Amino acid sequence: MKIFAVGILFVLFAAPVCAQISYERILQAEDGPESWLTYNGGYMSQRYSRLTQIGQENVGDLELRWLLQNQVFGAWQSSPIVADGVMYVTERPNSIMAVDPITGRVFWKYVHTPAENSLVCCGANNRGVAVLDDRVFMGTLDARLVAVDRINGELLWEVEVGDVNLAYSVTMAPLAVKDKIIVGVGGGEFGIRGYVAAFYAETGELAWKTYTIPAPGEPGHETWEGDDWQYGGAPVWITGSFDPEENLTYWGVGNPGPDWNAAQRPGDNLYSDSVIALDADTGELRWHFQFTPNDGYDYDAVQVPVLADMEWRGEDRKLMFWANRNGYFYVLDRSDGEFLLGNPFVRVNWSSGLDENGRPIPTPQPEGMPTWPGNQGGTNWYPPSWSPRTELFYFSAWEDYATIYQPEESEYVPGRAFLGGGFDVLTPAPGAPGVGIGRTNPINNWTDEVGHASLKALDPRTGEEVWEFEQFDVSDSGMLTTATDLLFTGGREGYIHALDAASGELLWKRNLGGQIVMAPITYMIDGVQYLSFISGHVLATFALRHK
Amino acid sequence: MHRAKTGAGVMLLALLALPPLARPQAVGDHQYTSEAIELGSRTYTSQCALCHGPQGALVDGIDLRLGIFRGVASDEDLRRVIAEGSGEGQMPAFDFGAGEMEGIIAYIRAGFDPEGVAVRIGDPARGEELFYGRGDCSGCHRVDGEGPRTAPDLSDIGAIRTPAVLQLNLLDPTAAMLPINRPVRLVTLDEEVVTGRRLNEDTHTVQVLDSSERLRSFAKIDLSSFEISREPSKPPVDMNEEEVADLVAFLLTLRGG
Repeated sequence: MKIFAVGILFVLFAAPVCAQISYERILQAEDGPESWLTYNGGYMSQRYSRLTQIGQENVGDLELRWLLQNQVFGAWQSSPIVADGVMYVTERPNSIMAVDPITGRVFWKYVHTPAENSLVCCGANNRGVAVLDDRVFMGTLDARLVAVDRINGELLWEVEVGDVNLAYSVTMAPLAVKDKIIVGVGGGEFGIRGYVAAFYAETGELAWKTYTIPAPGEPGHETWEGDDWQYGGAPVWITGSFDPEENLTYWGVGNPGPDWNAAQRPGDNLYSDSVIALDADTGELRWHFQFTPNDGYDYDAVQVPVLADMEWRGEDRKLMFWANRNGYFYVLDRSDGEFLLGNPFVRVNWSSGLDENGRPIPTPQPEGMPTWPGNQGGTNWYPPSWSPRTELFYFSAWEDYATIYQPEESEYVPGRAFLGGGFDVLTPAPGAPGVGIGRTNPINNWTDEVGHASLKALDPRTGEEVWEFEQFDVSDSGMLTTATDLLFTGGREGYIHALDAASGELLWKRNLGGQIVMAPITYMIDGVQYLSFISGHVLATFALRHK
Repeated sequence: MHRAKTGAGVMLLALLALPPLARPQAVGDHQYTSEAIELGSRTYTSQCALCHGPQGALVDGIDLRLGIFRGVASDEDLRRVIAEGSGEGQMPAFDFGAGEMEGIIAYIRAGFDPEGVAVRIGDPARGEELFYGRGDCSGCHRVDGEGPRTAPDLSDIGAIRTPAVLQLNLLDPTAAMLPINRPVRLVTLDEEVVTGRRLNEDTHTVQVLDSSERLRSFAKIDLSSFEISREPSKPPVDMNEEEVADLVAFLLTLRGG
């Protein structure tokens, strides 16, 4: 078959016909379910696909089409993007691969080696790329933003987002809006002062930068004392959402620092543990809602802001759904941040409830006593899903998981951990193993007694659970729903599950054997719908069995 | 400069342990004799290439040819790592004689170029004129985001190729062209003819950047013909010695970032 054609010139005329991934196309991402154009599948961040080839009647016919083995160790948290028949997925710490989504073979790989003094709390994670026009964008552990040619993987520009020497980092997938690429910074355990920054996609030039902690003279600064605001954390490490009509981008803001010693930084510590609504063109703060004022539990509000348009008590409203790390589920009006509903979805004892404005009534536990939910939260950064068909909100929760906090005074030293003490996971016997970040042991010797997963389907109208699907271990898996009322998800145990999104009935499962710490995606090429999961060090893609 | 582009399968280990990237070696350091380089070439091939690869870039974070190491700066460091091993047993200790040891270091320091580096380097400004003008290099090659992608992007070619290799590419491209870059021509069973540049290939599939700059993947079973040319898609124009030197000088200025 393969023939060497000696001496023959294959003249290659450069005649690009490659379609561009324009902003207009990303705006309509939900209408083009063949691709998966943003981290969360579209600006509404619903992770809901209109593809219908895989349905409840044939989900049992799914078969493995290909595997791509990762070449690095550690949790693989990347969410692939599929654009015009090419998949773009990152490998930790900071590589981008362009992959053929039909075979899993790799077209090119771009490698950014982060500076050796990069500092991150919880692993050399990267959660994916953004695409815009003919470019792919990735944030890096050393707090840089790179733009790479979508076709040949060549670096186009690289700019500094933050100072790596002060422990700034970028682990989120960027968000492309109009002509800008927007990212936030990590470093909430190292005394950074967080921000969201937008860069022109064409040049990498900074367009705007909005701090998540107000400077002296700005509204909200009065919620900090002394110099606390200068190293108060409030990172932004999960991709936000965008409402083009409001021209607002929405971002979940992380914990204040030091994490566990709230007494050291009196005040509400705005805008830590908040959602902030920033003008897409200018970065101007239009509204905010704080979930956990003066947080001493590391309850980052780094969840994906899930946007939905729905009838709410008799009128059509622009809503935002939010299952928060602090254990409460919230519904907000995304045009002005008005609090509409709040309800706990797991056991909560750090607060006895929410007042009429959604502000928690604090009930701090005595020293040495457990706090529910524990440090990793009732849920965390794992992407939820909203199905406009079932009108249910799906996410991974951690049940029966509590932490005993040990706050202590911390001194801020630039570039060093700034934690304010420590914590222990509550276990049923002294010295018993707890549950931590990620899973490295194939034997579950900690058991469900220290925490376990509950996939929850909530009715946002009431905040009540409609059904749940429990797992023995905890889960960091995100969600995917489809127009055939299928819900796909996974967990730390390495199973992938397909459930009836309406009833929660388990319809199909496979054991991929490695922890699933991201949400699945789906796409369609040449009339075939594919499903991709990342499990352990494997990207596995399924489709219906060939007839 | 914390960046690199590779083929595939590069392994990156624990990030926090990564040392600073060394600068690529200045080529043309003649402190070692050509006999030493020659001996080193043979020793390297028999003892080192199994793990480090013939081009010295198979180990994560290390490119011996370009002088990129994990924890090595001086020749003494190199000597120590070779003699004592490294990476918690990943690299064994080697018991070389003094001559072999000096040879390997010479070969690494010479950028794996046993012929030495006596390449004439001309004027980069004149080379740039040639690149974009009469030489018509920019008709196929892309630099810093400008130009077609049908031939390899040259934005960082000066950082990843030695002067000798750049010169050979101009004088005898068939001999210098990397195998993966050879132009391909595919005919599918439904008679579509595709020309392009190969990006990746395995037993059953091939990945191509086609002449319309689309990334395409083909199952070989769906092809009626798959030809690979030893010739570049377009030969370089005739240039005299001075022009070649100028062009090499310009290419050496293309260092990415």
